[in-house]
Amino acid sequence: MESNHIVTPGELVESNAANILPGKGVYKKDGKIFAKVLGIPRKAGRVVSITPLRGKYLPKKGDLVIGRVVDITLNGWRVDINSPYSSLLPLKEFPAMVRRGDDLSKYLSIDDYIASIVANVSSQNIVDLTMKDAKCKKLDQGLVFRINPLKVSRVIGTGGSMISLIKQKTNCKIILGANGVVWIQGLPEQQLKAMQAVKLVERLAHVQGLTDKIKSFLES
Amino acid sequence: MAYARKDRGLLEPRPITARVGVIENADGSAFFKIGRTAAYAAVYGPRDLYPRALQNPRRAVLRTHYNMMPFSSVGERVRQGPKRRSIEISLVTEKALLPVLELEAYPNTAIDVFIELLQADAGSRAAGICAASMALAHAGIEMKDLVAAIAVGKVGGELVVDLEYEEEAFEGEVADIPIAMIPSTGEISLLQMDGPISKQELLKAISLAKPVLERIVKIQREALKDYYKSV
Repeated sequence: MESNHIVTPGELVESNAANILPGKGVYKKDGKIFAKVLGIPRKAGRVVSITPLRGKYLPKKGDLVIGRVVDITLNGWRVDINSPYSSLLPLKEFPAMVRRGDDLSKYLSIDDYIASIVANVSSQNIVDLTMKDAKCKKLDQGLVFRINPLKVSRVIGTGGSMISLIKQKTNCKIILGANGVVWIQGLPEQQLKAMQAVKLVERLAHVQGLTDKIKSFLES
Repeated sequence: MAYARKDRGLLEPRPITARVGVIENADGSAFFKIGRTAAYAAVYGPRDLYPRALQNPRRAVLRTHYNMMPFSSVGERVRQGPKRRSIEISLVTEKALLPVLELEAYPNTAIDVFIELLQADAGSRAAGICAASMALAHAGIEMKDLVAAIAVGKVGGELVVDLEYEEEAFEGEVADIPIAMIPSTGEISLLQMDGPISKQELLKAISLAKPVLERIVKIQREALKDYYKSV
């Protein structure tokens, strides 16, 4: 990520847009393509888009997110997913059988953390969650912290290489939410080490040969 | 004798420094200093907006707050709290920024922009707009372009760019015209006027602002890129 590749809003990305389609983060005007967000332009086939460098998490269908229960309603739980939009986990999307008239806080109570999947996002960004997936669970114990949601894919690495390196070296269970919330469970020192490693990857996301650096950090 | 400046040309702005990422807690932040006028801007959002009656299901709501710090001006202490003046400037700043923002991307949310003037030596609303547009870009909010702003005017019968306080307080006729422009289209998003000026001179003054505004935008873009150079 060299800084001369970074474009700012309003900057020209592509001067001849005759054969080019505008993707995310760009707009087309007078046959030219301009940037709409601060980020790095990328070209995939005929589509030009911009990978943003900063910003809030905007929910997308199918994302695995880690959320905190903030309210219990008559038909489910309200969950804070570190986004401008709060979300709802309906009763029927909870994996266990919930009997009629049961106290919902028996299953999930306020301030519990859960790993869940974004089931649906409406046009007004009302978010529905589901926990009916093998990856989803209530997160008991462990460490929860936040990183920049746009750096999550870097922490995962190509084909999960980075995250599996951290998991393997620290012997921790790690769940990375697409919303930038990370959950780590393991021995206390190992947990801390894994957190530091994840934060290091976030901070040095633009550095080349990062895997080796993280490896030596974890082995030190 | 025609009016002249001691330390710079009549069409020369004061020295400018700009930085982003100055407030870690904020989603986006910027610092913009022109001469002795210095502004901080912090952006929070898009975030939840309550009470819900204020939400707009089609777009985000932009809320701008302009404020001068108690010690910012050379005269008497600036009293805290919104005043007729700061409420007006908050409003025109909001109107100057709205044309570039793609608020439709964030329905039902609020984007809060806080502008604090650390030092004020004329041109504070222009400096505030410059800082705010950088902070919005730094927060990763979708926008068509940045916004740059500067004051032009007429002092002692001469057209000048970037008035300082001494010139605003010049004995005799003074016209002070803050301008905000969207550089890629040349559209003007803020134009206010204080003091007498003829139509021809006004048009001339606006055309004098354009090259300066283009320079300011360059500085703003550099500052946004420099943030990632240093990390």
